[in-house]
Amino acid sequence: MRWLRKNLVVIAGLITLAYLLLPNVVVTVFSFNKPKGRFNYEWQQFSLDAWKNPCGVADMCGSLSLSLQIAFWATLGATALGTMIAFALVRYRFRARGAVNSLIFLPMAMPEVVMAASLLTLFLNMGAQLGFWTILIAHIMFCLSFVVTAVKARVMSMDPRLEQAAQDLYAGPVQTFVRVTLPIAAPGIAAGALLAFALSFDDFIITNFNAGSTVTFPMFVWGSAQRGTPVQINVIGTAMFLIAVLCVLAGMMVGRRKNKTVS
Amino acid sequence: MSTVTDAPPAPPALPDKPRKVRRRGRLVPYWLLLPGILWLVVFFALPMVYQASTSVQQGSLEDGFKVTWHFATYWDALSDYYPQFLRSVLYAGCATILCLLLGYPLAYLIAFRAGRWRNVVLILVIAPFFTSFLIRTLAWKTILADGGPVVGALNTLHVLDVTTWLGMTEGNRVLATPLAVVCGLTYNFLPFMILPLYTSLERIDGRLHEAAGDLYASPATTFRRVTFPLSMPGVVSGTLLTFIPAAGDYVNADLLGSTDTRMVGNVIQTQFLRILDYPTAAALSFILMAAILVMVTFYIRRAGTEDLV
Amino acid sequence: MTTLQQSDHGGDVRLTGISKTYDNGFTAVRPLDLTVPQGSFFALLGASGCGKTTTLRMIAGLEEPTTGTVHLGDQDVTGLPPYKRPVNTVFQSYALFPHLDIFENVAFGLRRRGIKSVKKQVEEMLDLVQLGEHKRKKPHQLSGGQQQRVAVARALINHPKVLLLDEPLGALDLKLRRQMQLELKRIQTEVGITFVHVTHDQEEAMTMADTVAVMNQGRVEQLGAPTDLYENPGSTFVANFLGTSNFVEAEIMGRAGDALTLRAGDGKLTLPADRCSAATATGGKVLVGVRPEKISLTHADDAAGIADGRNRITGRITESSFIGVSTQFVVDSPLCDAFEVYVQNVERDARLVPGAEVVLHWNPAHTFGLDAAQDIEAGVEKVSEDAAA
Repeated sequence: MRWLRKNLVVIAGLITLAYLLLPNVVVTVFSFNKPKGRFNYEWQQFSLDAWKNPCGVADMCGSLSLSLQIAFWATLGATALGTMIAFALVRYRFRARGAVNSLIFLPMAMPEVVMAASLLTLFLNMGAQLGFWTILIAHIMFCLSFVVTAVKARVMSMDPRLEQAAQDLYAGPVQTFVRVTLPIAAPGIAAGALLAFALSFDDFIITNFNAGSTVTFPMFVWGSAQRGTPVQINVIGTAMFLIAVLCVLAGMMVGRRKNKTVS
Repeated sequence: MSTVTDAPPAPPALPDKPRKVRRRGRLVPYWLLLPGILWLVVFFALPMVYQASTSVQQGSLEDGFKVTWHFATYWDALSDYYPQFLRSVLYAGCATILCLLLGYPLAYLIAFRAGRWRNVVLILVIAPFFTSFLIRTLAWKTILADGGPVVGALNTLHVLDVTTWLGMTEGNRVLATPLAVVCGLTYNFLPFMILPLYTSLERIDGRLHEAAGDLYASPATTFRRVTFPLSMPGVVSGTLLTFIPAAGDYVNADLLGSTDTRMVGNVIQTQFLRILDYPTAAALSFILMAAILVMVTFYIRRAGTEDLV
Repeated sequence: MTTLQQSDHGGDVRLTGISKTYDNGFTAVRPLDLTVPQGSFFALLGASGCGKTTTLRMIAGLEEPTTGTVHLGDQDVTGLPPYKRPVNTVFQSYALFPHLDIFENVAFGLRRRGIKSVKKQVEEMLDLVQLGEHKRKKPHQLSGGQQQRVAVARALINHPKVLLLDEPLGALDLKLRRQMQLELKRIQTEVGITFVHVTHDQEEAMTMADTVAVMNQGRVEQLGAPTDLYENPGSTFVANFLGTSNFVEAEIMGRAGDALTLRAGDGKLTLPADRCSAATATGGKVLVGVRPEKISLTHADDAAGIADGRNRITGRITESSFIGVSTQFVVDSPLCDAFEVYVQNVERDARLVPGAEVVLHWNPAHTFGLDAAQDIEAGVEKVSEDAAA
C-alpha cells in the first residue's frame, strides 16, 4: 500500500504513456492485416502483402514524395528567415520591437482553420493558382514562428562574450559569425528546422484549404478515410515511426560514445 | 503593421559624416528582419484584412462579391451556428482539462522520477509525431470500435452509463459520440501539454522539495504549495497550446464523430470549400479568432504570467 | 599584420580625454587621461560600476569611446575594431569557445591571422601553462583554474602589445586565486608584455600590479605603486577601499618644522606636512587617518611608560576578536566611537579585554592628513564586497 502511494505518479504517468502509444501499436499491427472490405479497421488475417508492395496504391507514393519536397523547401525557407529574425530580436535594439514580437506570436496563438481560411481569401482575391506554390507559401508562414522561438531560446542563452572573444582574437564579423556564432547556435537552428519539417510534413488543415487539386500525403490519408483506407497507409506510418526512432537512437549512441572517448 | 515594412529601406544620404565606419551596423537588424517579417505581413496579417473585408461582402459566386458592409452576416452566422460554437468550446475545454490531468503525472515522471530513462520516455512522447496524425486518429476508429475490447471494458465497468447520463455517449457505443471526439482531441494535443509542463518542472531545483519536507510539508502539501505554483508557466502555456488548436480542429470531429458532433471548424471548412459561401465562412472564422483572442487574453491576465512570448 | 609583431619601443597605452556615456544617458567613464608604461603590470581597481571594465573594453575596442582617443605607442587605434587591434583579452568567466577543444581554442587567433602551421606554437604555449595533456578536451571538461589558464594561453599566443584581464580570477576559490596570482605574475615577468588588469579585489591588485589606479564613479581617484596608495592615500575612498582606516577630525594649530601640530578634542596630534593632501593653513580642518595595524595598545595603568613624541588617544575597549596572527580590537574614544586596532599576538596582555581603559598610540610618521570636506565612509568594505559586474 505504501509502495502504491509512493509510486502513484509513476503509474499514472505510465498509463498516459500507454494512451499516447496505443494508436501507434494499432497502426503497426494493422499494417500486417489483410482486410476484407475497403476499410482497414477490423483485424482479419496476417499478411505481408502491403509491406511487399508499399507503393501498390495509386497516387499514394506520389503524394508522399510531394509532401517530402514541400517539407524540405518549407524547412529551408522557414529556417533561414526565422534564424535571421531570431538574431535580430536577441542581438539588436530597434524600433517596432513590440510589433515584431506580436507578429511572431500571433500565428502560434491562432487556430489553424482561421489562418487557412484567411490565406485562401487572399489567394482567391489575387487570383493565384492553388497548388505547390501556395502550399509552400503557407507552410513557410506557419513554420516561421516556431523556428524563431526555437532559435531565439538558444541565442539568448549564448554568452555575448564569446563573440567578443572571437573579435578580440582577430576574427572579423563574417569569420566571427561562421566560426563561433553559427556553430554555437546550431543546436537551436537544428531544433527549429526539425520542428518545421515535422509541422510541414504533417500539416493537413492549412494545406487542405490552399492546395487546390494538389494532393499531399495527409490529404491522401484524409481522402482515403472517406473512400477506403489501404493497408499501405499503415505501412508508411509504421516505417516513418521506426526510421525516426532509429535516427534518434543512433544520434544518442554517437553522442554518448563521443563523450566517452573524450573524458 | 505597415510601419514595420516601411522602416527598413535605407536612406542613402547620411546626414553628417560619422567619425567611425562602424556606425553603418545600425541598419543590420532591419535587413535581418525584412524578409521574414514581410512574409508574415503579406501571408498572415494581410489575409486577415482580406478576410475581414470578405465577411462584410454580399453576392454570389457567379456575379462576384462586393463590399456592402453587410454586418448582418455575423448575426446570421452566430444564430445559425451557435451550437457548433458552444460545442467547440465545450469539447476543447474538456480535452484541455483531460490533457492536464493525464499530462501532469507523465511530465512529473519524466522530470523527477525517470532517472536514466528520462531521454527514452521523452523520445516516446515525441515519437508518435512522426506518424501522420491522421493515420493515428484513424487508429482510434479501430480502438473504439463497437463491440471491441475497450468499449466492452467500459461497459462492464459501467463507465458508459455515467457518460451516457452526461450526454457524452449514446447506447453502447463510443464511436460517433462526443466522447470519441474529446478522446481524439485529448490524444492529439497531449504532447503539446506534456512538453511545456516538463520544461517548467525540469527547471525546479530538486532541493526545493527537500527544503519543503524539512519545513514540515507533507508530500501532498509540497506539491500544492511548491511544485504546482512553480510549474504554473508550463500549465498556462500547455493549456493554451492545447485549447487553441483543439477549438479550431475539425479533423477529430469529422473522423471520430457524427453530424451531431460538428464543431465550428467543420462549419468553416464546409462553407468555404463545399458551399462556397465565403462571407459566412469568413465571418465565422473571424468570430472564432476574436473569441479565442479574448479568452486567451483574459486567461493570461488571470494566470498572471504575461511573459509567455 | 606587421603591427601585430611585438615592437621594442613605444608600447605604452595612452588614453587621452577618454569617456563613455551610454545611449540611456548613464556615464560609465568621465573624461580621463591614463598612461600605462610598456611592460608594466597595471591594475584598474574599483567597486562594481566604477567604470573600470568599460575603460578596459575601450582599450580592447569592444566599446566605442564617446570622447577621447586610445593610442598604442604611436598608433591611434580609437577607430579600429577589436579584430584589428594588437590587443588581446582574458574575459571574465573566460569565454572559451564551448564547441572547440583546448587546442583549437588556443589556435583560434593564429588561424584567423592566416597562420597555417600552428601546432608547434600552440603546444609550446600549452606547456607554458601546463596543460599539454589536456589539449583534446572540451572547455567544460576542465576545472576553473585550468579554464583560466587556457584563456590566458589563448590570448598570449598572439603576442599582443597589451594583454587585458577582466576580473580573471573572480570565479576561482580563495586558495586557487592566491596560486593563480603568483602564476600570472610569473608569466608576465617571463613574457614582458604589458598587462592591464581589472579587479574589484584590492588584495589581488596589490599582490600583482606595479601600478594601481583606484577608480570611483568613472574617475581615477589615485594612481601609484601599491605601497604608496596604502601608506599615503589621497582620499577617504582610497583609504577605506584599500584596507581599513581610522579617522579623527582635527584642527591645524600651527607648524613646527616639517610637522603640523593639530588639536583633536582635548588632545594634541602631530602630522608630517608632506603626508597631508589637504590645505595646511592654520585654523583649517583636516581628517587625520591612521591604519589599524600601526597603532599600539597600552593599558591605562601603564600609560606613563609610553615614549614621548607619539600620537596618543585614550579610550575603552568595546570588542575584541582573536583571529590567529592578530587580535582585532574596537576602541571607543571621545574622538571616534569605533577605532579599529590590530595587535600582533606576540606578548598578549591579559588585561586587554572589553571594558578596559586603554591608551592608543602610534608613530606620527604613520599619520596621514586628508581634506575634511569628504565622506568619511566613502569606499567602506560593504561596497567593495558586492559581486563584480
